[in-house]
Amino acid sequence: MLEYDTLKLICWGLLATLLIGFALMDGFDMGVAILLPYVGRTDEERRVAINVVGPTWEGNQVWLVLAGGAIFAAWPLVYAAGFSVFYYALVLALCALFLRPVGFDYRSKLANPHWRSFWDWGLFVGGLVPALVFGIAIGNLFVGLPFRFDDTMRVSYGGGLLDQLNPFGLYCGLVSACLLALHGATLLLLRTEAAVGLRARRAAMVLGCLLALLFILGGVWLAGMAGLSLQSQGEVAKALTPFEKTVTRVAGGWLHNYGRWDWLWLLPASGVAAALLASLSAWRGWRWAAFLASAAAIVAILLTAGLSLFPFVLPSSMDVQSSLTLWDASSSHKTLWAMLLVTAILLPIVLLYTSWVYRVLRGPVTVETIRRDSHTAY
Amino acid sequence: MISPDDVVTLSRLQFALTAMFHFLFVPLTLGLSWILVICEAAYVMTGRQVYQDMTRFWGKLFGINFAMGVATGLTLEFQFGTNWAYYSHYVGDIFGVPLAIEGMMAFFLESTFIGLFFFGWNRLSPVKHLMVTTLLALGTNLSALWILIANAWMQNPVGAEFNYHTMRMELVSLSEVFFNPVAQAKFVHTVAAGYVTGAMFVLGISAFYLLRARDTGFAIRSFAIAAGFGLAASLSVIVLGDESGYTTGEVQKVKLAAIEAEWETHPAPAGLTLFGLPNQAEERTDYAVKVPYALGLIATRSVDEPVIGIKDLKRNHDLRIRRGMKAYEALVKLKAGDRSDAVLLQFEQHKADLGFGLLLKKYTPRVVDATEAQIAQAVSDTIPQVAPLFWAFRGMVGLGFLFLFIFGASFWYLARKQLAPRRWLLRLCVVAIPLPWVAAELGWFVAEYGRQPWTISGILPTHLSVSSIEASQVWTSLLGIGAIYLGLFVVEMYLMLKYIRLGPASLGTGRYHGEATTA
Repeated sequence: MLEYDTLKLICWGLLATLLIGFALMDGFDMGVAILLPYVGRTDEERRVAINVVGPTWEGNQVWLVLAGGAIFAAWPLVYAAGFSVFYYALVLALCALFLRPVGFDYRSKLANPHWRSFWDWGLFVGGLVPALVFGIAIGNLFVGLPFRFDDTMRVSYGGGLLDQLNPFGLYCGLVSACLLALHGATLLLLRTEAAVGLRARRAAMVLGCLLALLFILGGVWLAGMAGLSLQSQGEVAKALTPFEKTVTRVAGGWLHNYGRWDWLWLLPASGVAAALLASLSAWRGWRWAAFLASAAAIVAILLTAGLSLFPFVLPSSMDVQSSLTLWDASSSHKTLWAMLLVTAILLPIVLLYTSWVYRVLRGPVTVETIRRDSHTAY
Repeated sequence: MISPDDVVTLSRLQFALTAMFHFLFVPLTLGLSWILVICEAAYVMTGRQVYQDMTRFWGKLFGINFAMGVATGLTLEFQFGTNWAYYSHYVGDIFGVPLAIEGMMAFFLESTFIGLFFFGWNRLSPVKHLMVTTLLALGTNLSALWILIANAWMQNPVGAEFNYHTMRMELVSLSEVFFNPVAQAKFVHTVAAGYVTGAMFVLGISAFYLLRARDTGFAIRSFAIAAGFGLAASLSVIVLGDESGYTTGEVQKVKLAAIEAEWETHPAPAGLTLFGLPNQAEERTDYAVKVPYALGLIATRSVDEPVIGIKDLKRNHDLRIRRGMKAYEALVKLKAGDRSDAVLLQFEQHKADLGFGLLLKKYTPRVVDATEAQIAQAVSDTIPQVAPLFWAFRGMVGLGFLFLFIFGASFWYLARKQLAPRRWLLRLCVVAIPLPWVAAELGWFVAEYGRQPWTISGILPTHLSVSSIEASQVWTSLLGIGAIYLGLFVVEMYLMLKYIRLGPASLGTGRYHGEATTA
């Protein structure tokens, strides 16, 4: 078995991988849904966009289920405090997510235009609301969340209902929606032609530039905010509770990791570069480059967020000592080890058959293919 | 009955409603997936088009159902964190692992291959497509396995130990968690119940077509597969249910006693109460009709072991609560930094009963100062309401035997080619379509309500497991989710009924009832 502290660190990477996996894979499903009203002017055009993601979106949502399960297992305290403190946000995201499976599967089963239009908007909401909520959640990690632990590790909360709708949180929601919409646009560019493809190209060009701008301004905003600094932490190779550390609030604290390790600047820089490259590639019609660039933007931007917070994973604004770090939020040594082994064995298998399924289902989706398969297509 | 500002009750209500709603879709997925495999295997082996049409038509209904299953499953996972935060902290170290594995090993499998099932017909060879369908079925069933391993740990928490430093249960042995005897019994019983559901669904709808004398070639083949599959499934669900009864008798003595309304420990072998009116206040069952020996045989697999009655269990719980108070007293000292040998010893000696001490938290936050009256109240809390369990269990078992009869009779008359004149049987098959769902929900009610007052049997009381959120929050989510669920359910039923009425003609192949007029 690996050392406990090494395992804690590896599991941070594991959870980052799963969350990034979710954003990469389900990101374009949500992105396509966000763009649906824009790229699809007619019923058939909307069916083109829906069928680009329709046959595979279900597997992609499992990344969210898996990330949830993995946080539960590897960081039970984060699961407990994070999910309950984001109560309304998660219920809202859930309610929006209900509309997706049903929207995809039921929409084209009836020909009634009101029915179809209802589910088109359902899919739009099912893409946009979770994208906003997850962005707002990440933004609120930097702002800090109103929770604390008592000595039995029960979580209590402060603050009001609308506190999480603070400006920085909302701003991050916007960044997130923009990022996922870009990813959806580059996928549509890759998989469709004609009118839908053209609109997707235009969307990708605009969204890439917008994303780069929003991300830079977000960084400037963050530099002016107070962050947390871990002054001391109990012995990291042992089981720790949140009370065995000292944390202080410092100005510009979320950037001090960059002061310590300058190479970290490569991450936000790649985020900006990738967003611009997606825009440029869309303009020049380099379809694969645009798609890979938007994927790279997702990886770079999420890693920027994660490593800016590092080693914190769930900062508290109510009681800074209750903030959770990867050192004191982790499960027992045995559980982390089990999670690592299980993932190391199973995730490659998942990736293998997922890529086989994508290969089988490859090829452009067009108005013609929809007409041909009208009875089976979504 | 429900206090409007009681977060515990509201959260329980929300979890019960969302879980039971989710389980409207799960059993059909479990059973129908294998029926799809059987139909498609018949297609691959015989090359006859009708079997492919069967796979595609039942697959369409499968898809309508599956979408709802996916939509409603996420709620359950999220709810552990949102509404049951203390639970999540207290047992996440163990409970989270099977959930995460479920995602990686099972849910990925079914969700990735379901798209290919629908969209792969023209892109894959028949054998490869059959492989996809099989993996889909395997995924749904594996998913049930891991969820039930997690659930079984709530019923019988093996392979874990309390750590006073981190204030939570921690994993000791993963293999004990995986090979929990309760998990095995629950898994086979639950999937068999799913198979019964899938079979009854196909049987009833096929009977409907046969009664209308439409698409009879399609319907009789579907009927035959459903009757055979359902007969095997309903036999297993009863036999494996009996196995479940045996493991319950081993490790969940309270649940068994409550289901059977056994107030006293009778000399072995215990008789089985067929019917009666459980009277909780006076701790007796009025008008009981008993079958001698039967319960003893089911629960202990022997004629000389007694089944412990509720009164004796309560006496035992009284002792355990008092020991739990000792454990709690030591725990408080440990948390305050007193690690002296005497305190450690006191904790080690009594920590197995810590959960019973925690039951007192409902009445006195300090636990150690509980009065005799409070202890007596906590003891009485350890026994769930007997009457609902007693009746729900009998309802489930009765339905199980009814299913056996329906599948048996269907199979018999079909084999003797005397089905068509037996219109009463075909009508019974149609009417019986909803009943497997009733049986499955009753079964879950027995399993979960029978576990009260615990979320984790003997370890963590339900009232401590909730998040310290406001009642208004739970009301908001309960009403919001409830409203959406209701709307989705109406839509789902509408589509399901529409496609059932359309029948295989909905495939648009031009080969089926009603298509000649439109094509």
